[in-house]
Amino acid sequence: MKTWSARWLTQNRGFAGAILLFLALYITYNFMHPRGFSTAVLVQNSNESVAIAFVAMAQTIPVLMGGLDLSVGAVMTLTSCIASELVNGSPAQMLLGMFLTLLSGAAFGAMNGVIVVYGRIQPIIATLATGAIAIGLALLVRPKPGGDVDGDLNWALTNTVWDFVDTYGGNPDAGWLAPFANIPVPLIILFGVPLLVWLPFRRSVTGRTIYAIGSAEGAAYMSGLPINRAKIAAFTLAGFFAACGGLYLAIQTSSGNADTVQAGTYTLNSIAAVVLGGTALMGGIGGAIGSLVGALILRVISFYFRILDIDPLLQPLIEGVVLLIAVSFGAFRTLRVKNRLELFR
Amino acid sequence: MNRISDANKPIVIASVFVLVILLLGTGYTLATQGTMPLFQPKYLLQQLQTGAFLGICAAGMMMVILLGHIDLSIPWTLTAAAMMASTIGGPWAIPTALAVGLLVGLFNGLGVAYLRIPSMIFTLGVDTVLRGLMVAHTGGFSPKDEATPLMLYLAKGTLLGIPVAIFVWAAVSVVIAGILAKTGFGRSVYATGTREGAAYLSGIRTRRVIIGAFVTSSLCAAIAGVLLAGYSAKAYQGMGNAFLLPSIAAVVLGGTHILGGRGRYVGTLVGVILIVLLNSVLSIMQMPEAYRQIIYGAVIIGMLLVYGRNARITS
Repeated sequence: MKTWSARWLTQNRGFAGAILLFLALYITYNFMHPRGFSTAVLVQNSNESVAIAFVAMAQTIPVLMGGLDLSVGAVMTLTSCIASELVNGSPAQMLLGMFLTLLSGAAFGAMNGVIVVYGRIQPIIATLATGAIAIGLALLVRPKPGGDVDGDLNWALTNTVWDFVDTYGGNPDAGWLAPFANIPVPLIILFGVPLLVWLPFRRSVTGRTIYAIGSAEGAAYMSGLPINRAKIAAFTLAGFFAACGGLYLAIQTSSGNADTVQAGTYTLNSIAAVVLGGTALMGGIGGAIGSLVGALILRVISFYFRILDIDPLLQPLIEGVVLLIAVSFGAFRTLRVKNRLELFR
Repeated sequence: MNRISDANKPIVIASVFVLVILLLGTGYTLATQGTMPLFQPKYLLQQLQTGAFLGICAAGMMMVILLGHIDLSIPWTLTAAAMMASTIGGPWAIPTALAVGLLVGLFNGLGVAYLRIPSMIFTLGVDTVLRGLMVAHTGGFSPKDEATPLMLYLAKGTLLGIPVAIFVWAAVSVVIAGILAKTGFGRSVYATGTREGAAYLSGIRTRRVIIGAFVTSSLCAAIAGVLLAGYSAKAYQGMGNAFLLPSIAAVVLGGTHILGGRGRYVGTLVGVILIVLLNSVLSIMQMPEAYRQIIYGAVIIGMLLVYGRNARITS
C-alpha cells in the first residue's frame, strides 16, 4: 500500500521534476548573483516572468484536451494593445478598462472554442487562423507602438506590496503589513490568479471533462460528459489567461505593441513551458501550475546570462541546447517500454 | 453531374476559390485603373516566382504533416542553409546548403522516430538551436557574403521567358508527387500517418519512414533557402520566418489532414497558389496589414468550414 505522497509523486513525476529543477536553478542563481536573495532581484525577476507564465498557463488548457492553441501569443498581443488604450483615467475607468481587456481576451478564446466545437476544425489550424485575425485586430487598435497606461498603476503593480500600499495612500509601515511588505506584487498576481481561477475550475465537472477528453474523447462522450461545454470553456479560459498576460505586459511596459514576431515567440515559448512543466502534449496529464513552473524555468535560464560572463552571441545557442536537452528527458519513457507497440499512439 | 470524390473535393473547392480571387481582383483593377494585370501572363509568372519559395517549403512540410507530425524547424533550416551556402560560396555553395538540410532532417527524424519526442516540441528546439548557431556564426548581422552566380540564376534568371525559380518549384513538385503516388516509401508515409501501430505490424519500418519524411522536409527548406538567398542576393537573419505558418496553411487548405494519412500533392499546390494570389490581390488593393491579417485568417477558417470539418467523435 503506497502512501499518499508516494502516489502523488508517481502521478505527477513531470511536475515534481519541474519544481526541483526550478528550485535548483533559481537558488543557485541567487547564490551567484552579487545581490542575490534581495527584494530588488526578486521584484525584477518576477516582473519579467508574469507575461510568459500567464501565456504558458493559457496554452496548458487546450493541450490538456489534446489540442493546441497557436493564438495565445497573438491574443496576449491583442489584449496588451487594448489595455494600452483603456487602462488610464480615474480609478473606476482603469478598473473598467482592465475588466474590458480581460473580457475581450475571454471572448476571443470563446470564439476559438465555438469554431473548434461547432466548426469541427482541428484546434491547431483553427487557432493558427484566428491568431492572424488577433494580430490584425491588434494592428487596428494600435497601428503604432505606444500607449498611455496610468503611471501610478504601473509603479504599484510592478513593485513590492510596500510600494503598492504607499502608492494608494495607505500606511506602508503599518504593523500588520510587515510580514508581506517585501513580497513583489507581480508574484501575488502570478500565483493568485491561478489559485482563484484554475484550481476551482479543475475540480469542477467541466474541468474534469477537459482531462477526460484528453485521455479518451470517445469514452468521455459515452460517459455523458459535457464535451462541447468543456471545449468552449477550455479555450475561453485560455483566452482569459492570455489576456491576463497581455494586461500585465501593457501595465509593465506602459504601452502596447502589435508585434507579430513577439506574438509568435510567446506562443512557441508557451509550448516549451507546457512541456517542461510536465503536461503531456497528447493530453490528459498535467496542469496549469506545472506550466507556470515551466515558464519560470525558461526565464531563469535567461537570467543566468546576465551574471555569467557568456558571449552574448552564444546566448541563443545555449538557450536552444538547454531547451532541447530538457525536452529530451521525456525520451526515457521509450527506454523503459517493453513492447514496442506501446510507443505508437 | 459527376460526383467528386472526398479526396478531391478540397482541391476542387480551393481551385474555384482561386478563380474567385482572380475575378474579384480583376474586377477591382478594372474599376479603379481600367487594367487587368491578374490575367497578364507576365504578372502571373512574377507572382508564381515569388510563390516558389513558399511552394517548396510547403511541399516538404506536406510529407511531415502526412505522417501526423509537424516541422517547426523550417524557418531556421532555410536560413542556416542559405547562410552556409553564401559563406562557403563557389561551386560548393548549393551542395553545402543541401548538406545542412540533410543533417537537420536526420537530426529531427532521429529525435522524433527513435527518442519519440513529440515533433512539435523537438523541431521547435532544433529551430532554436539553429538560430543560436547562426547568430554565433554571423555575429547577429546579415552576412556580407553574396549569393553565388548560380544561386542568382536559379532565383532570378529566366529560361524560355519563364523564371527559373518556377522550374525549380516544378521539379521539386514532380519529385514529391512522384514519391507520394508511385513509390513504396510514399505508400508507407500514408500508412504510417494513418495508424503507425498497424503500419509497423504490417512490416513497414515506420521509424525510417519518419526519418525520410523529415529529411525531405529539411531538404526542401534548404532548397527554398538557396533560392531566397539568390533572390535577395544574400542571406539575412530571420529570412525564413515568413514561411512557417503559411506553408502549414497551404498544406491544410489543399485538403491534407493535419493529423496525417490523407491528402494529395495537387491540393498543396493549389493551396500555395491560393495563398500567393490572395496576398498579391490584397497588395494590389493596397490593403493595410491589419485587414490583410484578418482576411487571411478568415479565409482559412471559411475554407475549412466548407470542407475541412472532422467527423464527430461519438465512441
